[in-house]
Amino acid sequence: MSVVAAGVRTLPPLGPTRKLKLPKQVERRLGNGLTVIVVRRPAVPLVELRLWMPFGRAPLARGAMLAQTLLSGTESMTSVQIAAELQRVGGGLNAGIDPDRLMLSGAGLVTGLDRMLEILADVLTGATYPADDVATERDRLVDRIQVAQSQPAHLARTALLKRVYGRHPYAVQTPEPDQVRAVRPGVLRSLHAQRVHPAHAVLVLVGDVQPDRALDAAEKALSGWNGAGHSADLPSAPPLEPGPLLLVDRPGSVQSSLRVALPAVPRTHPDHAALQLANLIFGGYFSSRWVENIREDKGYTYGPHSLVEHSVAGSVLVAAADVATEVTGPALLETTYELGRLASLPPREEELEQARQYALGTLQLGISTQAGLASLTSAYAGNGLRLDFLAEHAARLAKATPADVAEAGRKYLAPARAVTVVLGDAERVGPQLAALTPVVTEPVSA
Amino acid sequence: MPTRRAKIPATKYPVERFTLDNGLRVVLTSDRSAPVIGVAVVYDVGIRSEPEGRTGFAHLFEHLMFQGSENLEKLAHFRHVQGAGGTFNGSTHLDYTDYFETLPANALERALFLEADRMRGPRLTEENLRNQVDVVKEEIRVNVLNRPYGGFPWLTLPPVMFDTFANAHDGYGSFDDLESATVADAADFFRRYYASGNAVLAVSGDLDVAEATALVERHFSDVPARPAPERPSFAEPDLTTERRTSYTDRLAPLPAIASAWRVPDPVTDFAGYLPYVVLAEVLTDGDASRLVERLVQRDRSVTSLGGYLGFMGDPFDVRDPTALLLQAHLPPGGDVDKVLRTVDEELDRLATDGLVEGELARTQARMATHLLRDTDAVLGRALRMAVLEQQRGEPGLLNDLPRLVGEVTDEQVRAAAATLRPERRASIEVIPGGAK
Repeated sequence: MSVVAAGVRTLPPLGPTRKLKLPKQVERRLGNGLTVIVVRRPAVPLVELRLWMPFGRAPLARGAMLAQTLLSGTESMTSVQIAAELQRVGGGLNAGIDPDRLMLSGAGLVTGLDRMLEILADVLTGATYPADDVATERDRLVDRIQVAQSQPAHLARTALLKRVYGRHPYAVQTPEPDQVRAVRPGVLRSLHAQRVHPAHAVLVLVGDVQPDRALDAAEKALSGWNGAGHSADLPSAPPLEPGPLLLVDRPGSVQSSLRVALPAVPRTHPDHAALQLANLIFGGYFSSRWVENIREDKGYTYGPHSLVEHSVAGSVLVAAADVATEVTGPALLETTYELGRLASLPPREEELEQARQYALGTLQLGISTQAGLASLTSAYAGNGLRLDFLAEHAARLAKATPADVAEAGRKYLAPARAVTVVLGDAERVGPQLAALTPVVTEPVSA
Repeated sequence: MPTRRAKIPATKYPVERFTLDNGLRVVLTSDRSAPVIGVAVVYDVGIRSEPEGRTGFAHLFEHLMFQGSENLEKLAHFRHVQGAGGTFNGSTHLDYTDYFETLPANALERALFLEADRMRGPRLTEENLRNQVDVVKEEIRVNVLNRPYGGFPWLTLPPVMFDTFANAHDGYGSFDDLESATVADAADFFRRYYASGNAVLAVSGDLDVAEATALVERHFSDVPARPAPERPSFAEPDLTTERRTSYTDRLAPLPAIASAWRVPDPVTDFAGYLPYVVLAEVLTDGDASRLVERLVQRDRSVTSLGGYLGFMGDPFDVRDPTALLLQAHLPPGGDVDKVLRTVDEELDRLATDGLVEGELARTQARMATHLLRDTDAVLGRALRMAVLEQQRGEPGLLNDLPRLVGEVTDEQVRAAAATLRPERRASIEVIPGGAK
């Protein structure tokens, strides 16, 4: 055992706080409706690209297949040629989809920006969805869905979304294999024609660029991208409806996946900063009550975390922990206790200061890379905000009082408002949970 | 189409190196483009150094380094880092264990204090040990036991390829071994491996070199001097006959296969090693790569594919012996033998016919992007430079990597491909037990 000399050294104080400094950014709305935002961070000779296209209410399987095959070919290039041409300038593009948006993202050598934009434009205006590639990618997507459906994290998420969102489009975010198998190239071409268009889309470029020159390059490459099409507004997400704990049976599980959804507000809501701080104090970072309790004190779990998730149609707070099967009941008990404590009693001053410093500091860290800046700028822009909102948010975090945070705890973190889902071995964890709260049990879907 | 070769750019991060009297090596790399710093302490001990009967101990010990130290109670480390607006973590690799923070620049001295305090001595108590054994068991459950393909192939392939305990054993550890660990084991491990002479401290980002040097001296110069233990050789002979095993994963829905071939010593034969790093990308990086085009798109015999250097995907921070790995998931009912035969065929073709025009240059341009992107993160620079200092005495190599990758020739890649013969290959197959 190491010999410990008691308390001879004291923690050095922090140096003076540096003011949040936002990088230079420029913006232009092109004639076709596309918004282009360019942020300069010259650190490394690269450029990051994010193209956010609103894609709410798109049919699930077709949308997923569109993302899977958007880069599979154009009038002039095959999928291999697209990939090779992008690689030639150190570039790459990926397509991803969620219930809010279709996103094309990538990064490349900054000297290749013009070429990347050209290829991007070719894909946006001329994706052909070749039958062979669509057939291959259909099978691959089905395989991927099968693998996802064997992952407890995915199954727990799926059950939680269904329970939280009911009939809202957010309720189901992964298509069924049979729906995917039915998708043909023709419907992808129509969906592309209807929905892949520049109105309301936002292109973000971040990196070692001259902002005005990058705007011109984007305009030159993308002003020919058109298409009337339509966009579809999502209905507001429904409020949470608390009820019995939903236990999803996955026989043989050696852990239980505990997921708790709680109400939350969008980034611009006056309560948001206080809610973020209350969430941090509860379980939003390592030095939170929940992590210190169920991990560092009791050893029930490895990586518990809680996060306010923002989507276009609404926000939700989700707390997640994977806990040993034999302590599933005790872990829920401690979770309810920590939520209840924050909903009933104000946080201590020093707890709030610690959470506040973390929230402010991690804002700085988040914008200290090209990739981080690009993702944040794009996420903000997709929700109608610009990077300067970060400064506004920082000011709100700095001002939130213990009373504000206590009020947020009361309003948003009350266990009485929680929707709880547990995925695990029902035979072993059912009785533990039923001792604490009413439980309904379902077999695992899929 | 004419092949216009993209010019490979370079970074010019400055590098300041010095060694304290107690043997601690220090690397400082200043970059004032954002008001943040990265701090990394790397100890030259990893999974390969675990004693027999103590599988998983290097990783368990990493957890214990967060449980308080000379002047810090349990939980204090986390609170002091996060309360300064920073983030932290640690990770255990085959050859080293790292501890690191990313922080606003005004927290530099605090981070140095925290790292120096635990370098002097962590609080090793029975209570903390039992608590962290429980936490590590949950980590293993979430990452390995409760999910399909857990530990594939990083934990499942080494025992096929290697014969010695050091290289072959499960680095996450068996529950029996973890539960048998004692405080005395931990104290021994600390004394032996967590010596000032066995560590490197790297600090990157918004710092003034003179000020940072003074702070490093203030906090680390009285860490008691202990020399680095002698590092044993972990060498094993190359394979001369093919090795292959399989196991059933009761949760996995699809078959999978991973293969590995030994590669030259990454430290003593870096020039011989680099072509393999490039080869892995030629084979598997993106839709225009050799194996993705053939196996995924043309034959449809594989649904996803990856290729990389090192069992933990760590081309530039692992020592010999290490390997080039290929791994693939197959569609339901897929034929693993056929996939391996096709890989052999493609390797033969590459070895015989060489690369096509532009194929190498575009792969190298893409690799440059990946390397530069990693170094844009302040912590990426600190961690990478710390390990380059530890294993090579050459932290500035970070600036040269894109160029060196770009100088690898067609002929070298072709020669590397020619060595990946079936008789030098170790493979492991996952038989799906969870197919519906």
